[in-house]
Order: sequence, then structure tokens, then C-alpha cells
Amino acid sequence: MSLDPRINRLDLKRVNDGEQTASHLITWEVFHQDKRGKQPVHAGIVHASTPEQALMFAKEQYARRGKTANLWVVKTADVYTFNSEDEAIFETTPEKTFRDPAFYKVRERIEAFQSKNKL
Amino acid sequence: MNNDAIKDLLYRMADDALIIGHRNSEWTGIGPMLEEDLAFSSMSQDKIGHAQALYNILYTSFGEKNPDMLAFQRAEKDFRSCQLVELPIGEYDFSLVRHFLFDHAEALRYGLLEASSFAPLAGLARKVRGEIRYHVMHADTFFKQLSTGNEVAKARMQSALNYALPYALGIFEPSAYEEALIADGVFAGEARLQELWLEKITPIVAAAGLQMPAIDAAKAIYGGRKGYHSEYLQPLLAEMTEVTSIDPAAEW
Repeated sequence: MSLDPRINRLDLKRVNDGEQTASHLITWEVFHQDKRGKQPVHAGIVHASTPEQALMFAKEQYARRGKTANLWVVKTADVYTFNSEDEAIFETTPEKTFRDPAFYKVRERIEAFQSKNKL
Repeated sequence: MNNDAIKDLLYRMADDALIIGHRNSEWTGIGPMLEEDLAFSSMSQDKIGHAQALYNILYTSFGEKNPDMLAFQRAEKDFRSCQLVELPIGEYDFSLVRHFLFDHAEALRYGLLEASSFAPLAGLARKVRGEIRYHVMHADTFFKQLSTGNEVAKARMQSALNYALPYALGIFEPSAYEEALIADGVFAGEARLQELWLEKITPIVAAAGLQMPAIDAAKAIYGGRKGYHSEYLQPLLAEMTEVTSIDPAAEW
């Protein structure tokens, strides 16, 4: 049993379960915000035992280059997801082009505007 | 302004940063976990960067040798670093406690220097403020976490603290120039810094459930600021200068 739910979902054959996993630190999902007001974007994970420590590690792992305004860390175990077999619920979505703004006539006007302005 | 006083202050700070940066970088690749290995290594790099910036002030403002020569081509007795920074890395408890004690002093020192009448140092102090803020956050986070772990962790942190504290008091070894630095508005002086440092760390140590060792000036380990070092500095310098001693003009 891993502390990372994504690993558990893989249903891997258990090797050496027990004492080793017990000493593992839990994982935290790291979100990186490059500018104030912009939405934080998922960057990856860190291993840590407290949220403070996770932030310390996230700073060096995901904010070592370029611009950063802030970081978020969220316990991986607190992230809820669908089971992988539920992926079927998304199956026909790509066919529903009527939900795409391009489906409507306005598309022609957008294209005309884009070509006129060379966008 | 008294140039000798400022130069002495710059050498003390630069040598501290260089030696602790080198020492802490010895954890690179063997840190307790990947994330911490990376964080500790990055902070070591920052320290080396601070040393370079300080040597550069000595070079540009006072005509001392260039930063590489100051770092790699001086004799052990010319180093003005305190003995705390040259001690071997030991176990991680000691390295963390040293990081905690040293970085709080460093943060407060740069904080005071932001108001220095010596402009290059005031400018540098403002520039490194953010980096050092992170170093202190990292130190506090680990200090608290390990001290409030199990009994073994707590006992190890306490004994590391008891061992390191007399050396840490050596950070504040007064120089011959204290009065000149204070009078010229360059720096508030080591005695004032030590006072601020104790005010700052004492509650953190208490909150972590550790016992603050008695502060006894007689037990402070002085000497480093005057060029008297422990048996550990010379081997460190020998290793650090291995390349330049073969080829002083080597570029890498």
C-alpha cells in the first residue's frame, strides 16, 4: 500500500511491502504560480512530512529558475479523482462539437477578423 | 570612514560564507533524501555566491586581490572565519543545528547592514535578503521538526545544540574595530548582533522543546577572527584549492 493514491490505482504486485513503505514520507502536489493573480499550475510532487517542509522543498525543486510569485502544496491523499475505469464517462465528449464555440456561425466572423488582423 | 575596519568586517563575512558554503556542499549527493539534498545544495551555492559578492567588494572598493585569488590563494592564518563554520559536517543533526545558529546570525547581520553607511554593503544586504530569508525558514522548519520528533531525535538535537553553541558564540568574537564600525555607522557591532541573535533564537529553541544552553561568554570559542583555527580548516582549504594549486590561472 503506497501513500500515493496514483500508485495504488496501478494495482502493482506488492513487493517488499511493510516496513519500507512505513518509513516513506507522504507526497504533496505542488502548484506553481508565476505571477500574482495568475492561476497556479500543477508542477509535480515532493516528498515531505509536513506542509511547511513540503513548501521548503517545493521552492528548491519547482521554483529554482525563472519567475515565481507563490507556490501551493496539497497533500496528494487529499486529491480526489475518478477511478481509471470511469474514463468511459468522457468518451463521447470530443464528438460534442456543438459545445465548441467553433461550431457556431460566429466562427466565420472570428476567422475573418483573424485573417484581417493576421492573428 | 576607517577602511581597515570595513575590510576586516568584509573578510569575516566573506570567509564565513565561503567556508560554510563549502562545508554544507559536502552533503551534496548524500543528503537524507532527494528533496533535502537539493535544497541544502542550493543554499550552499547561495553562500558561495555571497562570499563572491563580498570578495568582489574587497576587490573593487579596496583594491584587494580578485575574488578567486582571495578565495583560493590565501594561507589558513589569513582566514577570518569563525571556527563554527569549519567544523566537519558530522551527522545531519549537527549540520542542521549549525545551519540554524549560523543563518539566524547571518540574517540579522545583513538586516543591520541594510542601514550601513558603507553603500556597497548596504546594497548587497538588500540584494541577498530574500535568499537568506529562505535559508532561515528552512533552518527553522527542520529545527522544529527534528526536535519535536521522537526521543532519539530530540536527544540528538539537544546534544548537537550543546556542542555547537560555544562555537556559535565565536561568530560574535569582537574585532579591534568595533568602535570604529559603530562610530562610522557601518555596522552596529558584534555585541549588539549577539544580543539580537539570542533574542531571536531563544524562543525558537524553547518552542522546539529543547533546553537553551547557558550563555557563558567565558566558554565562547574565539580565535577564528584573528586567524587561529581548529585542525579542520587546513584540510578543507587543501581540498578546496586542489585545482588552483596545480594551475593558479585555471578556468572552469
